[in-house]
Amino acid sequence: MELVKYLINGISLGSIYAIIALGYTMVYGIAKMLNFAHGDIIMVGCYVVFICMSNLGIGAIPSIILSVVICIALGMTIEKIAYKPLRKATSLAVLITAIGVSYFLQNSALLVFGANTKSFTNVVTLPSLTLAGGELIISGTTIVTVVCCIVIMLALTLFIKKTKAGQAMLAVSEDKDAAQLMGINVNGTISLTFAIGSGLAAIAGVLFCSAYPTLTPFIGSMPGIKAFTAAVFGGIGSIPGALIGGILLGIIEILGKAYISTQLSDAIAFAVLIIVLLVKPSGMLGENIREKV
Amino acid sequence: MKKTTKQTLITLGMVLACYAVVEILMALGLVSSLMKGVLVPVCIYSLCAIGLNICVGYLGELSLGHAGFMCVGAFSGALCTKFLEGFIHNKAILFIIALFVGVCMAALFGFLIGIPVLRLNGDYLAIVTLAFGEIIKNIINNIYIAKDGSGYRFAFINSKTIELGEEGTWILNGPQGISKIPRISNFTIGIVLILIVLVISYNLVNSRTGRAIMSIRDNRIAAESIGINVTKYKMLAFVISAAIAGAGGVLYAHNLSTITATPTNFGYNMSIMILVFVVLGGMGSFRGSIIAAALLTLLPEMLRGLSDYRMLIYSIVLIAMMLFNWAPKSREWRDMMVEKFKEKRLKKEVD
Repeated sequence: MELVKYLINGISLGSIYAIIALGYTMVYGIAKMLNFAHGDIIMVGCYVVFICMSNLGIGAIPSIILSVVICIALGMTIEKIAYKPLRKATSLAVLITAIGVSYFLQNSALLVFGANTKSFTNVVTLPSLTLAGGELIISGTTIVTVVCCIVIMLALTLFIKKTKAGQAMLAVSEDKDAAQLMGINVNGTISLTFAIGSGLAAIAGVLFCSAYPTLTPFIGSMPGIKAFTAAVFGGIGSIPGALIGGILLGIIEILGKAYISTQLSDAIAFAVLIIVLLVKPSGMLGENIREKV
Repeated sequence: MKKTTKQTLITLGMVLACYAVVEILMALGLVSSLMKGVLVPVCIYSLCAIGLNICVGYLGELSLGHAGFMCVGAFSGALCTKFLEGFIHNKAILFIIALFVGVCMAALFGFLIGIPVLRLNGDYLAIVTLAFGEIIKNIINNIYIAKDGSGYRFAFINSKTIELGEEGTWILNGPQGISKIPRISNFTIGIVLILIVLVISYNLVNSRTGRAIMSIRDNRIAAESIGINVTKYKMLAFVISAAIAGAGGVLYAHNLSTITATPTNFGYNMSIMILVFVVLGGMGSFRGSIIAAALLTLLPEMLRGLSDYRMLIYSIVLIAMMLFNWAPKSREWRDMMVEKFKEKRLKKEVD
């Protein structure tokens, strides 16, 4: 029963990683850049929900919707101001800019919201589920998190497979110039990708803060890095890869914490990533592109 | 004089001139204690930036784990000093031994990590070095070393297995790190280290080996096809880069009396900070790395009057510099300015 409990916790944490990893993987697939600021968009989303709920007294659902809208706007603005002019620049220059944006968001939040830790109120009011005669209790937050993750995955897969905009995304990630020649609005598609990624980041942030209710301007960076690891783990650019990578990373982290050592759990998660990359250098579901001269 | 020799001499001269100016200002009492406090950090970051520049600028592989090598250097150097403190009283010798140990350990870790890491390319390599940096920090936080009457005690993860007798002292106490390290580092030692590292680095990149390393950066497949042993040269550059970061770490450890491996000093944030120095200073330019490291370390201190806003300004400067360097519009504008300047000069010459 212990093991099942840990596995469920792992899947719950992993679902959050998976939702964040989606943002990384989509942006990487299309713009070929590591969006370091993605983690900090999560943080902004959390603060918006926190302020709406505790200071303005708005209900949970409207606050989350507002937070998603603000994050989408933020994501698109960042893309427009900071990343778009650098489309032809070296990847390192873009990476540094992304780091700059990340610092900017963290320090703006520090100025606006202050450095002290705020305790986030859980937005999920679902009662917890008791199974196996009271031995196994699954909290409402866990259920909502996992359901959210599944719904988002399905919706996103359908969106990419069935809609024109989704197909355009695939085309742009394959070959930007050829896509442009086919009449696809490349800038618009990249903007849309950032919008979807940022919206998902807001949702992931709310779920993360519901599970771990401490809110500081720096909370975004560690889940951000972990989620990026998850994206690489599953094969960057691949949506099912983000799901599998995220959930596996979550399970590994929770099991490592439970059975090996609390302090070493990060090291274990990263070590597994390294081993996976050594065996399969493009991640679990990533396509192996052979280099040709 | 060869062009490369001239470049080296200019850089060395620049460092020496800065040193002389700072020393004169200090003698005149014009340097505030706050500024004195950042002189050694400037040296530390310059060293790390030079090291990372070999990896990023010359080898062309992005490493986000250099804080990890710095961490290895700092802790092994500090441990060495703590062990030898009782036997050797000459501070200079103590520091040299610590430096040697720290650099060797960092190089060893660079080698061990390089074996798996250098099989990967591009962003994957970056993320794996980041992972290694975090692992190193995490492991150091779980090592416990203590000393009492019956000798040295060692434990991993669980500190309770060590039962200290009377007069027992902790040398490395897990997350609390190493305390009471003799403060040997000073500005002069830092400058000397920078000069030595500069000479080594310039010699490396201007040699046959250096050209082989750069050829891998420019085109790996072409380099391989003309018979350059890619793995060997990649490893060489990576290990040297790690070793220099280790030297920075030793300097860091002996500048503070207590060192701990926290996310702020040895986490990926630090790796990114060093990377920022390298990129802003110009990849492949050691002189640029030093200037960027010095300016960006001094800038937040000089902006301390604006206390809360300084990191914000720092981030805006970072984004603005990148946009200025790379955005098409700013490039057009710069080209235009250059044209105008040239025209003016032409006119003058005609007149």
